[in-house]
Parts: sequence; structure tokens; C-alpha cells
Amino acid sequence: MSKYNLDYLDELEAEAIHILREVAGQFEKPALLFSGGKDSITLVRLAEKAFRPGKFPFPLVHIDTGHNFEETITYRDQLVERLGEKLIVGYVQESIDNGKVIEQKGKNASRNALQTVTLLDTIAKHGFDACIGGARRDEEKARAKERIFSVRDEFGSWDPKRQRPELWNIYNGRIHKGENVRVFPISNWTELDVWNYIRRENMDLPSIYFAHNRDCITRNGQLMAASPFLNMDEDDVVTHRKVRFRTVGDMSCTAAVESEADLIDDIIDEISASKISERGARLDDKVSEAAMEDRKKGGYF
Amino acid sequence: MNILKFFTAGSVDDGKSTLIGRLLYDTNSILADQLEALQQSNRKNDDGTIDLAILTDGLRAEREQGITIDVAYKYFQTAKRKFIIADTPGHIQYTRNMVTGASTANLAIILVDARNGVVEQTIRHSYLVSLLGVSHVVICVNKMDMEGYSEEVFNTITEKYKKMAAKLNLQDITFIPVSALKGDNIVHPSAHMPWYKGDSLLDFLETVEVNSSQTSTFARMPVQWVIRPQTDALHDYRGYAGRVLSGAFKVNDRVTVLPSGSSSVIEKIEVFDQAPEEVTAGMSVTLHLKDNIDISRGDVLVNSSHLPQRSQLIEADLCWMDNKPMDDSITYFLQHNSKVTKCKIREILHKVNINTLEKEDTHEFKLNDIGRVVIKTADELAFDLYTENKANGSAILIDGRTNLTVGALMFRAIVE
Repeated sequence: MSKYNLDYLDELEAEAIHILREVAGQFEKPALLFSGGKDSITLVRLAEKAFRPGKFPFPLVHIDTGHNFEETITYRDQLVERLGEKLIVGYVQESIDNGKVIEQKGKNASRNALQTVTLLDTIAKHGFDACIGGARRDEEKARAKERIFSVRDEFGSWDPKRQRPELWNIYNGRIHKGENVRVFPISNWTELDVWNYIRRENMDLPSIYFAHNRDCITRNGQLMAASPFLNMDEDDVVTHRKVRFRTVGDMSCTAAVESEADLIDDIIDEISASKISERGARLDDKVSEAAMEDRKKGGYF
Repeated sequence: MNILKFFTAGSVDDGKSTLIGRLLYDTNSILADQLEALQQSNRKNDDGTIDLAILTDGLRAEREQGITIDVAYKYFQTAKRKFIIADTPGHIQYTRNMVTGASTANLAIILVDARNGVVEQTIRHSYLVSLLGVSHVVICVNKMDMEGYSEEVFNTITEKYKKMAAKLNLQDITFIPVSALKGDNIVHPSAHMPWYKGDSLLDFLETVEVNSSQTSTFARMPVQWVIRPQTDALHDYRGYAGRVLSGAFKVNDRVTVLPSGSSSVIEKIEVFDQAPEEVTAGMSVTLHLKDNIDISRGDVLVNSSHLPQRSQLIEADLCWMDNKPMDDSITYFLQHNSKVTKCKIREILHKVNINTLEKEDTHEFKLNDIGRVVIKTADELAFDLYTENKANGSAILIDGRTNLTVGALMFRAIVE
């Protein structure tokens, strides 16, 4: 290998660190959106590489739907403790209680859509001008078109037709008051890249990413964890399965896959051979062909 | 394993999205649920097979109109390489999107329709590739199936293209006859064209040299952020954080800080918890200097034995990217790596008719116009010429009224 030729993970890492440092340099009040999922955990690792031994120039912000996997919250709190960084939590329950949103009813009810309101309120409350997120362009076709610095208007909306050209490695973060920018440092990473990076960096993850035994029910052809957050009725048959989760979201919209993979090497083998893409296990994308595009326009991550 | 970034130029009618769809499909990069969504979609080819173009047309307006509005990024990987594709629209009204896609690409694929040969659009796309200094060009002569897989048709187009390209400064051109629709020479060699002895497109993409021949070896690092923990244990810690644009920095190298011109020696290099002796282009690093000098974001650290150009007056190629025409009476912001300064367009030297490559006199610059200008900046810039160092030879213009990115600049000469 010639000396100017970086390995692909090194190159992706260097690009992401460059983006994080641009956020630090260009914005007054940035925040890192932290879900407890592997992508935002990767962002935290990259932030350590970008800013240590200094403090992060932003807090971690978690939008808590209240329908969490317990393992994720335990992991989050331990991580924040280890990092010694600030955590801000926005609660969807609070948005429900003060009447800003109304809880969905029925069998497929989920708080996933409600969290957009809580997110926008949290951004407004703290005056964040940039929110760093772990979205990747390989996840979904609307995301494939989003910029790394993606400007949102006062209403949090993304307008795909008014995106700024993003040239070379120059990121234009200038905004008007009231607007904010969503920043996606790992835009160019694929699911497999993230896993390979987690392995290389020897990073800890919430245990639900690894195969474990769990009570499940089948909904719309997908395996869902049985939980008090799922509106279950007599048609739902609970079965005991060995499963793991490929993404970490709200318990009511994140489906499990049957798996024996309890080590990271097994997961990487499994993903390499997988025929179902990661977001295929997210019921929230299946509503229509433009589901993600519509949610992003509304202010979703 | 390394990364190849490439972009595709050509319009929908040339089968560009089909070609990308074919690359993804034939490398098993389309996953089952995406495939299922594809099969359920109403858009089918005339013969009932899946329309692979749907894979890249992401936005609703695009699906409705059957065109590509914006740059879509796609990813796939083989045993040899990771690939990042910028799928850019080909129509002339989307020139700015193509410039965007080309700005980060190592390689360009230009599609030529075998039935039409080299047309105005081919010339335009080739000009943009040459303007942006993309290292490698692959001319895919597509729809060979509709011309009976004829060697003569392919050779005629190849010759015509070479004649046209002689006027452009293109680095390395490769010609491949393909049918994206049928899959000939995309991933698998074609059984229909035994006369073609070269690589399939994927074989070529997997083996082409990634490193840009234009990358300068002179060390440059714009400072993005100063790391100062200011704790008791790290009271005097002062690290200059940035990404090495070009060349290499070594411990004990003498470096100059621009624009101030002060100089010092590298005491220590950090890459997170490592302390390497040397760091090279592309790496995000933290540098420590022996002397305590005033350095902040927007400054650039360079190797003292190879200083960049320094000027407030620069001749540059400009691609205009905003609906509102360029206004030489107002002040724009210019962003050059981590440096932002005010900027005016002092003079328009000419505009290029990108369909004929003729230079034209003009007094205006509208959306998608490209030409040569002289800019004047408020602060002196420390830059290199774009042909020698893309990363330190490029900048964007921002309209302070809208905050939009309105122009792409490639520095071509210093104005004395």
C-alpha cells in the first residue's frame, strides 16, 4: 500500500472526524443526537477521536419515547458516566402530557412519529443550531440524497429541492436565526462499515444487538418483542425465540431477526450474507414508498 | 481495501440509472426488501422485467417525472474495493449537480448512446470532467444491443470522441461497449461482443489506480479547531486539530502558519491515543508546535520549505449555482477550507459555452454558467492552483442574504 493510500475504514473515520470538527468550528450551540443505537454510539467514538483530551463541544441529546429497551437506557447511562459528558433527555411522555401530541391508538400504535415533535421542542428549548445524527445514506433512498450539512427551516422541515450544493469537502453551515442544521458525519458508511468499525475499535454495544432469548409475537410478517408497549390482543401468539435486533428504536416499531449471532464476528458474517436490508426491520418505513421522505420533510432525523 | 468514488454522467435516456441499477443488481448489492419494493412498484420495462432505474430515483418528484433531480449517493462493495457512486442528473439545467458530484470523484463514467454517438451533451459532460480535474474517465458506449453489438459502431464513436477530447485536458480515457439493460460488459463480460478484449466495467473499477496524479506532495493542514482542555493535568496542552489536505507532516518539520507567516517546529503529532512520527494526506490529526504562537481556526499550517501562493487577487474558474444571477456589485462570502472571508467578483474574463467549448464575452453569470473571473478577497488567501492541489485550490461562494452556496471556484492563477 502506498503511503497516501488509507484503508477504507481509516478514510471514513478521517472524513467523519473532519465533519465533527467543522461542526465545532462553525456553530455556537451544537448537539449530538444520541439514540443508544450502534450508529450514534459510533458517533460518540468519533467525537472522542475528534476532541480528546478536550471535552466534547456539545452535549448528547436523547429523545426518549418511553418505549425503550431497558438495555439501551442502562447502556446510555453507563456510557455518559464513562465519558463525563453532558446528557440532555427530551421526553415524548412530556409532549403527550402537555397535549402537544396525541398518543396513537390501535394495534400498530407507535410513538415513533411523536418523537419528531419532542425533538423539535428540545432543539427550540436549548437553542441548538446544529444537531449531529447517525443517519447513513445507504439506509434508505431519501437519505441517499441528503447532504452532510442539511439545513432545516424554522419548522424543522427538510426541503429536498432547496438543498445547497455540497462541493469538495467544504461544508456551508451558515444559517438564519431559527434555522438549524442536521449534520450526518457517517453519511458515507454502510451498515457493514459500521460493524467492521465497531469490531476494529473494540466498542461495547447494548446487549440487544446480540442473540438472546425473548418472548416475541409476529406482526405484519415481522417478529416483535412482546412488551407492555405493544397493543396485544387474543390473536397475538407469544413464542419464545432466539433473536437479535439490527437497529435500536422504539420497542413498538423495531423488529427482531432470528439469529444465533452472539459474537460480533458472527454478526458481521450474518450481515454479509443477509438478504434483508437493515431498515426492512423497521415498520415505520413500510407505510408508503415515500415514507422516509415525508418524515424528513416533517422534521424527523 | 480502499475506496473508489465515481460519478456517472448521462441523461435518463442514456440509461444512466439503469447502468447503476445493473451494477448494484449484478453485484448482489440490492437487498431482498429493496428488491421486493422494486418488484411491487408499477414501473416496469416494456418486456415486463424490473426497471432498475427505480433504485436510484429516490424522491417522489423524480419518480413522478421519471427524471433525476439531485445527486443520489449509492454504495456497494466487492471483495476488492468499496465504491461510492454519485448519481448525477444529465440535463443541462442540472449542471451544478454534476459539478457537485464530480468535485469529490476519482473517476467519471460518461454514457454515450450507441445510436446517437457523441452529442452535445457528451461534450458538456467531458468538459465538466476536465474542469473539475477528475483523474479517470470511462466512456461507456451504451445500448450496444440496439446496434447489433457492432464493433464498427463502437469504433466510430471511439474515434469521434478522441478527436473531441483532444481539445480537453482529460487525463486517462477508457472506452467500454456495454448494454446496461441486458447486462453486457457491466459486471460480466459480454457473450455478444467477442471482438471486445478489454475489461468489463466492474473489472476496470476494481483495478484502476485511485490516487490522484494531481495531488501535491506539499504539506498543508487548515486548522479546524484548537484543543485546549485547560485542566490541571493538561494545563499547557494546545493541539491544532485538522485534516491533512496534501503531503505529509513529520515530527521536527519546520512549519509556517498562514496568513500570519510565523513559524515553528512540530513537537508532537497525535492521532487520538497514538503519537505517530508522521501523518499523511487524508488523515484527521492533532499537531503540537514547539513555540507558543497565535493560531486559530481559519489558519493553515504548511511545510516551510514549500509555501503556497498568497494573494487577495486570484484568477479562478467559476461555476454559478444559484437561481439568482451573480451580482458583481455585492460582497459574497468565500469559504476556503476552514477560512471564511469576504469576496467580490472584480472582473469576468469570459464565459464558456459548455456545449461548443467556445469562449464568449459576457457581463452576466446565471445559473449553471461557467467561466473565468478575477476575484478580490478581503483577507489574503494561502492557496495552491487547482491543477496542483484540488483541496487547497478550491472554494465556495456564499450569498450572505440567503446563506446559499452560490458558486464553486477553482483557482487557476495568481493576479500580480
